[in-house]
Amino acid sequence: MSTTRFAELDPERPVVEQLRERMAAMERRPAAERVPTLPALAEVVPLHAGATYAVDSASLALAVAAGASQAGEWVGFAGCPDFGAEAAAELGVELSRTVLVPDPGEHWLEVTAALVDVLRLVVLRPPATVSERAAGLLESRLRTRSAVLVVQGPWPRVEARLSTERSAWSGPSAGTGHLEQRQAAVVVHRRGRALQRVELSWPGVHRVDRPQQHLRLATG
Amino acid sequence: MVVWCPDWSVVAALEEAGAPPRSPAAVLHANVVEVCNGPARSEGVRRGQRRRDAQGKCPELLLLPANPDRDARAFEPVLATVEELRPGVAALRPGLLAVRAPDRWYGNETYAAATVSQTLVESGVWDVRLGVADDLFTAEQAARTADAQSWVVVPPGGSPAFLRGIPVDVLRDDGPRGRELVSLLQRLGLRSLGDLADLPGEAVEHRLGTYGAAVRRRARGEDRSLFAARTPPPELDVQVPFEPPLDSVEAITFSVRTTAERFVSQLAHHQLVATGVRVEAESDGVVCSSRLWLHPRHFAARDLVDRVHWQLQSADVGGSLRSRKESGAVRAPIELVRFVPEVVEPAAAHGEALWGTASDDLVERGVARVQGMLGFEAVLRPVLQGGRSPSARQTLVPWGERAVDLRPLDRPWPGKVPGPAPVRVLAAPQDAEVVDDRDQAVDVTERGVVTGEPRRFRVTGRVAGGELPWQPVKAWAGPWPTDESWWSGGVGRSSRFQMVGADGRAWLLLRSPAGWFLEAAYD
Repeated sequence: MSTTRFAELDPERPVVEQLRERMAAMERRPAAERVPTLPALAEVVPLHAGATYAVDSASLALAVAAGASQAGEWVGFAGCPDFGAEAAAELGVELSRTVLVPDPGEHWLEVTAALVDVLRLVVLRPPATVSERAAGLLESRLRTRSAVLVVQGPWPRVEARLSTERSAWSGPSAGTGHLEQRQAAVVVHRRGRALQRVELSWPGVHRVDRPQQHLRLATG
Repeated sequence: MVVWCPDWSVVAALEEAGAPPRSPAAVLHANVVEVCNGPARSEGVRRGQRRRDAQGKCPELLLLPANPDRDARAFEPVLATVEELRPGVAALRPGLLAVRAPDRWYGNETYAAATVSQTLVESGVWDVRLGVADDLFTAEQAARTADAQSWVVVPPGGSPAFLRGIPVDVLRDDGPRGRELVSLLQRLGLRSLGDLADLPGEAVEHRLGTYGAAVRRRARGEDRSLFAARTPPPELDVQVPFEPPLDSVEAITFSVRTTAERFVSQLAHHQLVATGVRVEAESDGVVCSSRLWLHPRHFAARDLVDRVHWQLQSADVGGSLRSRKESGAVRAPIELVRFVPEVVEPAAAHGEALWGTASDDLVERGVARVQGMLGFEAVLRPVLQGGRSPSARQTLVPWGERAVDLRPLDRPWPGKVPGPAPVRVLAAPQDAEVVDDRDQAVDVTERGVVTGEPRRFRVTGRVAGGELPWQPVKAWAGPWPTDESWWSGGVGRSSRFQMVGADGRAWLLLRSPAGWFLEAAYD
């Protein structure tokens, strides 16, 4: 039987007061609170509540959102009329906790702000031009609500930008087989940090590390 | 008093089919005539006949499917009509009802029967027969001996004498147990109920069991079993009139708030919750807007107010996207809004968790705000279903609606494209072109043979995220041929291909008789 050990209470001070402090510490959401991600992405892009992340493809957006959804959070997709529900479900996105606004049109900013208010993670495909002011408004809303915004497209300031460098599908050749596995090199640009490269494989986002790959080649 | 409407299934089925009530007709179950009406009987159609024999006897016979629910539904107005004359009606089965004879009010039993009969005939039930007696069984038998639109009154204490001459065949209506007993009694030489009633009680119970003893008691007119009178169904519709009529959506939604609360609390009083509600709005005495709303859980007062808002707003402006200025005015002043519960379920099935569902409530409210901005259909919820193409395998349901008519997921769906599901499923397929080495369009023959090796493809329509110019094909797989819904004008013989472009992205293309289309992307 395992028990969680809490620090002993200070006998000098009133117990109720100390317990209240502890409750307050638990309830407060620090700005840099971590939002759950898939294990493969946890090291390269740890998601911080209140930050904005940019991705360059729908599959990366889905990969970032899947972790939070798996952990029981609500996620939303704004401006994605081509949402692939089956792919999302395969990646572990809980569809009953997913909100879609396929075409917010000119109201995209208000809609995203309203979604950020109640959802933990919002994926947004913004229109061609996003003004500094609009981005600033959303950012402050994100911080107060400790939500995460994932944009697929241009955005003035982001915490990290994920882009696919090269991608290769295995499976089909000239008319035979079918799509089986995809390997892609994902580059993470971060402000004031060196580029980080990571090899990921689909379906189900996994990190491809050299030894594992050899193992797969040997057995497969 | 027992009211009997003979061949009720046929009457109800004819009414539903909109056929004249006096045409020969029969209700069939498992290809065997279950009930037939008078005109059909006079042509020689009998219960238990096979479909072919019945049609042979009477070629113009109208064959109708059996549907006990429909019979019960059609009988409901009859019950209500009798209920207006005398409350405490019990529906014994569709076509047969029992009620305490309102004799004292109408003078005597004959007058009471005449009044009931006349009222029912006036309400459109043509064939109605009544029987009045001390006990239920005798009254039913009396009703069966009566003529159409007539009645038979058995005087008090006259039940045994009345039942004496009735043949034992009437017990066949009791089901298989009754039919077995009838056959046994006939083999024992007991032809009428009187013969059975004369036997000593102990001997009957010994030989025929409890059921036989119960039948003997009924035959002696000693059966004092009562019927459970139904409580009239409560009136759950709620309406709110506006005087003078209102012409602004905001004003209407504000005014229906208390009515919506009353509607929900009234249902809660009956331990019910509504999962489907029809919202009707009237202007100039005509229902100008009516829509059935389904809720994934159940309706709270706030949800109802939102539904009224969306319904009246969408009746006003056609488009899904509108600016806030032009919304808010309805076409004609609304003078009445009515909530009709279409689907109610026991509240116990929808109990909330002990600690409530606070976070979900919060999401509901936030989403309702977005719906208020963009319209009801703008916020969606993805649901998976069965199908062959990626777009058929998912459906997007408006938030707050229930998904209906989903195809089952657990079927094999032959012809579906294998491999991981595409990340992007285009809402509308885009026109595309696929050519081979000699720049000839690639086609698929009737036998599923690809005419050339796909070398390049491009999308001529617009894809989200820019146009797609010519892409060299690095690898391809397929075709996966399908021919869906050919019986109802589907797209026809078509084949799907997976193609990997030179940049490493994969696409799903469809070759249909109308040309090439881009359906989905693996991105």
